[in-house]
Amino acid sequence: MRGCLAPHPPHLAYASNPPQNEPKSSGAGAWTELLDGYKSLRKSLDQGEYDVIIVHTPHWKTHRGHHLLGVEHFEGLSVDPIFPNLFRFQFDLDVDVELAEAIHAEGEKQGLVMGMMRNPEFRVDYGTITSCYLARPDSKLPIVSISSARSYFDYSNEVGEREMLALGEATRIAVEKTGRRALLLASCSLSHRHFTEEPADPEDPKFEYIYNANQAKWDRHILDLIEGGRNRQILDEMPDFIEQAVSECKDGSLTWLLGAMGVPELPGKVHGYGTVIGTGNAVVEWRLDEQAVQA
Amino acid sequence: MSDAAKQEGQILGGYLVPNKPHALLAPDKSPGWRSLRDSYDKVREQIEASDADLLILFSTRWVSIIGHQIQADPAPEYWVVDEDFHELGTMHYKLRMDAEFAETYRQCASVRGLHARTVAYHGFPIDVGSVAALQLLNPDNRIPACIVSCNVYSDRAETLVLGKAALDAVKKSGRKAIVVGVSALSNRMFTEFIDPAEDHIHSLKDDEWNRKLLELLEAGRLEDVSQLSREFSRQANGDSKLKAIWWMAAAMGQDNDYQGTVFDYQAVWGTGAALVGLVPSPGAGGGLEYDEDDSNYFHGDRNVIATAANTNKVDDSS
Ligand SMILES: [Fe+2]
Repeated sequence: MRGCLAPHPPHLAYASNPPQNEPKSSGAGAWTELLDGYKSLRKSLDQGEYDVIIVHTPHWKTHRGHHLLGVEHFEGLSVDPIFPNLFRFQFDLDVDVELAEAIHAEGEKQGLVMGMMRNPEFRVDYGTITSCYLARPDSKLPIVSISSARSYFDYSNEVGEREMLALGEATRIAVEKTGRRALLLASCSLSHRHFTEEPADPEDPKFEYIYNANQAKWDRHILDLIEGGRNRQILDEMPDFIEQAVSECKDGSLTWLLGAMGVPELPGKVHGYGTVIGTGNAVVEWRLDEQAVQA
Repeated sequence: MSDAAKQEGQILGGYLVPNKPHALLAPDKSPGWRSLRDSYDKVREQIEASDADLLILFSTRWVSIIGHQIQADPAPEYWVVDEDFHELGTMHYKLRMDAEFAETYRQCASVRGLHARTVAYHGFPIDVGSVAALQLLNPDNRIPACIVSCNVYSDRAETLVLGKAALDAVKKSGRKAIVVGVSALSNRMFTEFIDPAEDHIHSLKDDEWNRKLLELLEAGRLEDVSQLSREFSRQANGDSKLKAIWWMAAAMGQDNDYQGTVFDYQAVWGTGAALVGLVPSPGAGGGLEYDEDDSNYFHGDRNVIATAANTNKVDDSS
């Protein structure tokens, strides 16, 4: 198992100019730290072997528990409802339904409300599509996509955290039981207050900086904890981080990832950190498979 | 009446409709959803009987970050599945938008300082709230429509300005428009799978607040409801701070002079789903109670974090 924090700003897919994406970028130079970070992550991931990518996405929001894609294949056009000027992407994804069902079953055992999504016309969210593309652009691996239950919003950050740790645990058990070699992607930003305006050229680097110093400080602090292997402390501080830095971790992805990895005392490799419309984003990798080899 | 006055557009009335597609997709799974479906028909008949030539929707289900997006594809045709209620099936749609009005709305929003843009892209996922409302209220696309997004960060002042810009655009374009707020009242859902036949409002408290709001709306007191929205949202988990109400009240003239009709009030998965109509009726509402600030222009939010020097610079130039 290998785990990554793999944020999904569609801007990064746009700036990469893949043939799948209809809008073409200007190349004006914004987001280079993150694009380089993803490049470095991809190189590192090339050294591992995987059967499946499991992604937890903030952009599939469900109030009735945690849902998983339960249809074997999806393809089509994904237009981002928020940034349609940047992301109109042809996608083609296979789903590891057997593993999804195993996670569903293990989640129920943990006491979570779980749901399988069986509608073949469902529009796969752009968080899933973008994170999978950025981490493994040429991948033909099947995926599992897990929705973001609204527990943090409907109850409290503490309730959300407990649910995500349980969902992570359920994911780990299902991966082990099915014998998969899994690449886990937590598809979220760190600090997450956006600017609400966009320059004429969205890629103009002049307009790209962190929303405020508070967000920058919190992000730096979280990155220090990651690099120090202090993942337990991240969880301890998560409810405060979420509130004070308006973090997208409120959608649960990072906590799910840490839970799935068993909250290891393992430093994460930060491949890159940068801002997108004022939000803080980090590309991080935890090489659990190497830790296992060394042990 | 002069030609100019004759040509000036006007807002004929407004409706508040639910944000979920259950009445369209599964009316017979629950008596409440069936009731809503039948009530949509009554609202549809009332709209058909008017001589409206434009429906303007503000939907809490279309979230935006970059300012305000306005749908401008003249004939959007695609499909959408509710991200939560995917088991209810797919909504295939073929709609008719007033692209010319969308551009006018964008211009009027810009004049008032808002960051606004039109969007017209094949495959754009029009939100389930808007699709359900349009399919139930305007099934044959007889009246062209316009949809505007709900910015996650905008608060009362910005949303009022967006509503006023809608009225500016209606007047300028000479349209006879009906405004539609697509929004739940209380928006607390059951967080598990329930038997739809047993659907009910999530809590007594939410239910009581919903009924209080509907009582005021029935009395035509839209502006009073707008000013009560913050408290309502705090107390009863209001949908998106009830921005749809702020927008409607601002677009319709910020007063209490309406004839209100509550067509229906039901639960959809615990949320408060109401169908309410408001027709201007001068003198109906009595005096106004202005407690909150009123804004006419929006000055952006980058200034919030600007240095004092930069802030002064901006002030000097305005
Ligand atoms: Fe996001």
